Amino acid sequence: MGRAIPPLALVQPVLEGRLSAVARMITHAESGEEDCQEALAEIYRHTGKAHVVGITGVPGSGKSALVTRLCKALRAGERSVGVIAIDPSSPFSGGSILGDRIRMNELVTDPGVFIRSMATRGALGGLARASLSGVDILDAAGYDVVLIETVGVGQDEIDVVQAVHTTLVVSAPGLGDDIQAIKAGVLEIADIHVVGKCDRSDAHRTVTDLKNMLAMGHGNSQGYGWQVPLIPTSSVSGEGIPELLAAIDGHLDALTSSGELEQRRRRIAQTRLLKSAENILRDQFQRHHDRQIAELTDRMMAGRTHPHAAAQILLNQFRSERKP
Amino acid sequence: MIAKVGLDGHDRGVKIVARCLRDAGMDVIYTGLHRTPEEVALAAVQEDVDILGISILSGAQMTVFPRVLDLLRDRHGSDIAVVGGGVMPDEDVSELKRMGVSEILLQDTPPQAIVESMRRLVRERGPR
Repeated sequence: MGRAIPPLALVQPVLEGRLSAVARMITHAESGEEDCQEALAEIYRHTGKAHVVGITGVPGSGKSALVTRLCKALRAGERSVGVIAIDPSSPFSGGSILGDRIRMNELVTDPGVFIRSMATRGALGGLARASLSGVDILDAAGYDVVLIETVGVGQDEIDVVQAVHTTLVVSAPGLGDDIQAIKAGVLEIADIHVVGKCDRSDAHRTVTDLKNMLAMGHGNSQGYGWQVPLIPTSSVSGEGIPELLAAIDGHLDALTSSGELEQRRRRIAQTRLLKSAENILRDQFQRHHDRQIAELTDRMMAGRTHPHAAAQILLNQFRSERKP
Repeated sequence: MIAKVGLDGHDRGVKIVARCLRDAGMDVIYTGLHRTPEEVALAAVQEDVDILGISILSGAQMTVFPRVLDLLRDRHGSDIAVVGGGVMPDEDVSELKRMGVSEILLQDTPPQAIVESMRRLVRERGPR
């Protein structure tokens, strides 16, 4: 690909599924530059066909290996797959080491699979800021299923549920107390529970723990008539993968027939609207209000202003400057 | 992206390089060991990387680099700078540069020099 191609010129090749165009468009989306917004808007008009599936779980639970297995199973059914694999950025240098591909290498020469790594670059919640634009681009490029693998999450990184049609929560044996640790937040968002690494002898314990937990809570039935299944899998042997794929397809059917899919699409749209507004505001603050931010911080440090009051002053200044 | 290609199991160096690039604020994608030239070239295009660094300590450089350069050309990835690292004879270094490898960083290159070299390559390429 030549040099400095304007983003709009990439739209048509993206829609035709050209690999290098898809890749470059995602780079533009990650940069967040203003001059790619028109192209992203054009791409957004061509979305809505892909089944978007989120895969989340604690670090080391086997998400990447599971994604690899899922991709192979989807390919066996002649469905194409786009993957967005997210890893954390360093809070100090801003850099990252993205290693999700290590487990996915065998997929890369298959033209029906597209894998893109993304660093969180300071975004909290388990996703990167450009993740959903990345999903749009893969969707518009014609991938049948788009998988988002979140960063390894702790207790509260549940943004993925506001971003996808189907959420998988992966647990694994040997992480012991981690199950306890995440049960209040992350475990509640699952449409499908997956226990990975079931080739290990202690896996039955994890399955039992989770089943008990599900039974204790408000039950594993969701409002639109979907029973949250728990599926033991092994990415080593492939055990449970056909069942998992059937559950993912079954969930989409349940979403579609109940009308819940439209609800979720609306929720995703609304979340993205609010997130975008937040991002625009934060960028404008940081770009144009450094001085005011520093002054107000000084006042807070001196004990003269409370955070909420300081924020009101900042917003008022911002509004008065915006008035025509 | 940093890659190990072929039957070369030495990855201590590549991990140290990845770490120092990370600490310089770069996103580093590591492919893991034993990749093929096809896998590495395709992955680099999918990730739309600025630089593809291949570490070789097995002596296979004169086979691996020409193959990767060819594959990148075929896959619309020719604006990706290819960099070599590891241990290799001087005459191979000049030959590889003639073929289109942008930079070869041999053993004993200080970490800061690696970082600066990556920055220079991206600067020289310009926006894309």
